[in-house]
Amino acid sequence: MAAHRCNIFMLVFVLCGLTYVFVRADIEDTNHVKDAESVAVDIAPKANIGASLRSTKTEDQTQAAEEERQWEATEVKEADRVPDTMQTPDVPPLTPAKDQFQEELVIRPLHSGDIYASFQFRTMWDTDFLRGSKVSHYRLFPKSLGQVISKFSVRELHISFTQGYWRTMQWGQPFLPSPPGAELWVWFQDTVTDVDGAWKELTNVLSGIFCASLNFIDSTNTVQPSASFKPLGLGNVTDQRFLRYAVLPREIVCTENLTPWKKLLPCGSKAGLAVLMKSEKLFHSSFHSQALHFRPVCQDWKCKSTVWELRQTLNVVFDLHTSGQGKREWSLFKMFSRTVTEACPLASSSKVYVDVTDNPQGELFELSPTTPLLSQAVVLGDRRTYSVYDLTNQATFGQTRSLNMLLRWRAAESGDMLRPLLHGERYVAGYGLQTGEIHTLMYNNHPYRAFPVLLLDTVPWYLRLYIHTLTVTSKGRDNKPSYIHYQPSKDRLRPHLLEMLVQLPPNSVTEVTMQFERALLKWTEYTPDPNHGFYVGSSVISALVPSVVAMDTNSTRECPLFSSFFPCKEESSYFMRVYTEPLLVNLPTPDFSMPYNVICLTCTVVAVGYGSLYNLLTRTFQVEEPSPGLAKRLANIIRRLRGVPLL
Amino acid sequence: MAVDDPQAVDHCRHRGRLAALAIAVVVIAVGVPLWWKTTETYRAWLPVTQINQLAQLQLQLSVEVEVVFSRGTLTAEHQKKIDPTHTRLEEHPTTVLRYRYETRYRTATIMEEDALNQPTAAETDQSLHLLSESPCGSVVIYVVPESSTLLPEGVSVYVGQRRTALLRAGRPMRVGIGLKEVLAHLETQVQQVLKVMSFSHSDITAALSDRVRLDYSSREGLADSMRAFKSSPGYEITFSLLNPDPKSHHLHWDIEAAVQSYIQPLLSKLAPVADFSLDSQILYYAVLGVNPRFDPSLNAYTLNADSLSHVINPVEARLGSSAASSNPVLNFLLYVPDARHSPLYITDHRKYTVVSNAFSSPRWGGIMVYNVNGTELPVHINIDMTRVMGVFLAQLRLMLGVQSSTPPPGFLVGPCGPAGLADWELDRLLWSRSVENVATATTTITSLAQLLDQIGNIVINDNIAEQVSAAVASLQLAVGQLEAGNLGLALQYSKEAILHSERAFFDPSLLHLLYFPDDQKFAIYIPLFLPMCVPILLSLLKMAAEARQRRRERQDKKE
Repeated sequence: MAAHRCNIFMLVFVLCGLTYVFVRADIEDTNHVKDAESVAVDIAPKANIGASLRSTKTEDQTQAAEEERQWEATEVKEADRVPDTMQTPDVPPLTPAKDQFQEELVIRPLHSGDIYASFQFRTMWDTDFLRGSKVSHYRLFPKSLGQVISKFSVRELHISFTQGYWRTMQWGQPFLPSPPGAELWVWFQDTVTDVDGAWKELTNVLSGIFCASLNFIDSTNTVQPSASFKPLGLGNVTDQRFLRYAVLPREIVCTENLTPWKKLLPCGSKAGLAVLMKSEKLFHSSFHSQALHFRPVCQDWKCKSTVWELRQTLNVVFDLHTSGQGKREWSLFKMFSRTVTEACPLASSSKVYVDVTDNPQGELFELSPTTPLLSQAVVLGDRRTYSVYDLTNQATFGQTRSLNMLLRWRAAESGDMLRPLLHGERYVAGYGLQTGEIHTLMYNNHPYRAFPVLLLDTVPWYLRLYIHTLTVTSKGRDNKPSYIHYQPSKDRLRPHLLEMLVQLPPNSVTEVTMQFERALLKWTEYTPDPNHGFYVGSSVISALVPSVVAMDTNSTRECPLFSSFFPCKEESSYFMRVYTEPLLVNLPTPDFSMPYNVICLTCTVVAVGYGSLYNLLTRTFQVEEPSPGLAKRLANIIRRLRGVPLL
Repeated sequence: MAVDDPQAVDHCRHRGRLAALAIAVVVIAVGVPLWWKTTETYRAWLPVTQINQLAQLQLQLSVEVEVVFSRGTLTAEHQKKIDPTHTRLEEHPTTVLRYRYETRYRTATIMEEDALNQPTAAETDQSLHLLSESPCGSVVIYVVPESSTLLPEGVSVYVGQRRTALLRAGRPMRVGIGLKEVLAHLETQVQQVLKVMSFSHSDITAALSDRVRLDYSSREGLADSMRAFKSSPGYEITFSLLNPDPKSHHLHWDIEAAVQSYIQPLLSKLAPVADFSLDSQILYYAVLGVNPRFDPSLNAYTLNADSLSHVINPVEARLGSSAASSNPVLNFLLYVPDARHSPLYITDHRKYTVVSNAFSSPRWGGIMVYNVNGTELPVHINIDMTRVMGVFLAQLRLMLGVQSSTPPPGFLVGPCGPAGLADWELDRLLWSRSVENVATATTTITSLAQLLDQIGNIVINDNIAEQVSAAVASLQLAVGQLEAGNLGLALQYSKEAILHSERAFFDPSLLHLLYFPDDQKFAIYIPLFLPMCVPILLSLLKMAAEARQRRRERQDKKE
């Protein structure tokens, strides 16, 4: 860590933002360095493949050569891109091969003491899935998925399986947000005529591929959002007729879903970063999310042709603090019970990043082995610094031929976490089993800027929403949404869909409430454990959030006056998606032996009524002699015994 | 007050009896039909009699044979006397198969004579084909004089690329010999030719192996019949390159070009049989399930034929069955052993290495081991696709059931064209495939009919009935076309029959019927039916007893 203090050379950031390529020489840093006059900047936006485009150095770096840190430009690890028009240009493949594969792992120590590990595997393939020709030859791209994509004419496919809920307030923002359970959204090609049929078949096939219950996706939980889920890849088809979105909040994710997911990787779990994915460790975690994103992206920065990108991600949060007897330290071996020994030989880049932003001087924790490579990127609107371990470089593995990063905390306190600017909560209020009220809270923690968010709510049909009771309030005042798209439900056919564009005032809580009535289901429609309750999928809040970086430069950091009068619009916001908790709602549950009881009871009643009627009709009635009284009968018995004539 | 009047009592009794009777009538006439109607399941009408008829599987296959006599094989006298058509019927009583050979005799035209004067048999074959196109399933046999130089020495029959054969006439035609003897002699030879070019009884029975119990004379025969895939409307062919060691072996295979030049011609020739889709993939870190043994005598690793059965299973998990269709998958794996286990050879039961270094698994596909020798790792290897595709093509032919039976002595089979498949070979395949399709579709439909007959609870919707009827109609058409000898149409109808029958059989609506086991049904009915029926029955019994007693009393009175 002393290296850092000694002589910081200079910084040139090649920042690939969300929506643009932005190059900026940070003057503040150059002030520290006396001779920074000739810095050649490689502005080519090749940063996206993480191909270690290092800024070219000048001759005067000899003095600092032995201790300098090299900076490299990296891609912004931002999963959810804003709509197509603002696509980050991608890089031309360095090799003539038509497909390439990259892998990386990001480890971020969280402020709560947990460890966030995020794997990303990317396969790019320059092919035409839609050519209609039957022959297709797969190399790195998984065949099983490719066949599905070409059969169903899928343009974009996003699928995620998540176990646990991402705690935004404790952990900050994830690189890739996902709701608990399974989420699937697909954009079909505009050549597809029967989208619903293709969707139905696709969900069945995917459920086979991933061993998941995706076959439970049907029209009752599928919606076509009008604004919230725009294509993340290229393509100007934004007609929501070709979009299908479904969430299964009840889905349990486990090993059987991970194994097929791993099988899609070219190296499987035999080499590269995927060897770390040992399921007993991965599922012994606070949060586990695996996802797969397929979309068309630009081949080069001119974007003359497109390539298909398959991105497989896996995000885990380990709670090592409690399991490690209160010791705050972690290592790869402790987390995954494996170490990295080699990169996947098929990968064109293979890297491990460790977030060291909070530890610029090495006072908070100690990371070993040290790496000379540093990388800085704007991630989720925040400027982060990462230590980079390049696995394709043999020197990374050192003498032991295995890489086992170890991070030991020095300080007990890990500093303050910046509050996430946007976060959401949801709960059900009310009592009884007849009506209730859904509350959705959206927090804007930005001190002075308001921003609009898109709220997407899908509610199953058995909660009958009273849309007239919809209220949106922020700071005690009515907040009128500027756009509302509401599609009422149809019983047993489709769910409610509510999309709203709401402006969130700065530093406020906006509450959306809506009353609903609980429907009575038919007795075969209940789940096997109806008293557990029924899940309602997470609300989705999508927003362009003002960047923290922009916040910094305006107020606290010292920067040239000429550069900072107008806040730069592009940099000042980034796209973000927040999922709220899923709801668990109790429905009025009948006694399930009831039908049989009812049948028996009615039958008995009918039989009794019928019996008396029958008797009345068929019997003949005679008035009998009234029977003698008890005393008389007793007397008669005695008389009979005595042989005396009866009375 | 007591009703002492016996007449009034009697009247009351009578009224009660009538009431009981009326109730019984209402229950039987209205209640029972109502209950029956409301609890009935919908069952559409199925053509059961036609299905039963089809289940007999009485097939008759007709082949059109044209025998053309060239100059010098038939005397002028015989030419005049010859009956232009001749039909021979062959019946096989054990199965219910009948074969009908319709033979037409004619003399060669002048143009055909010209063609027959070509120097070699292959050229003759080519020019004969240009003259006329014979329909699918038919055979044309040209009888050439014994002195002809077309056929090499010792060869009596030349089988061409198309549907023609050249047959050397027997002994020189003596003047005194009768036409009957000539034809009889010819007949045996023609039959032999037909067995090669059209179908033989064993082919057809093999195709019917699901329906007809066969006694295989040898294990070989059984293995042969089980090697080929079952007939299906489509196949998925997948070529997989297994690279267990991508770190040291950088493999490159030009599969696209290889498929285009080797596999595609065969498949386009086979297009009438089924739809084929082709895929290829490269699997890294895929290993075989067996550890090869080091053989010091060969200085190589060996895989014994006995252990080959264990090789496939672990690989299969990685292959990935086709998710997008339900057609059977033919897998062809090219395995490049890793540096530590190479070279790797497959040895047979007698411990000899197999020349092709490949083996096939019946109804699954084939595996070929491709050894690379690189001393310095990593090595870049361009795989020799000609060698690989030669092996895979042979295996593919086996899997698809293109029989390469050895011709009987005296036969010469002409070289097959660029497609790798002669027309008559395709015909052979079509014959057995259409028979097999007919048999499969019949089995499916029959078992569906049986199932529906046995389980009365299943709802038969109209769409299922439609599919069944369509399948039956196509089956009848296919059988009819086989009888008429239109092979192409027969295959097409039989494929349709399979499609319809499978669709009916696997219809999901047949699955989710609500089974109510009988005991549970009665548990629900008893609370209603018992109290209702017991009084009715009792009163009816009582009435019957009274009536009997009254009759007895009347008889007593008479006496």
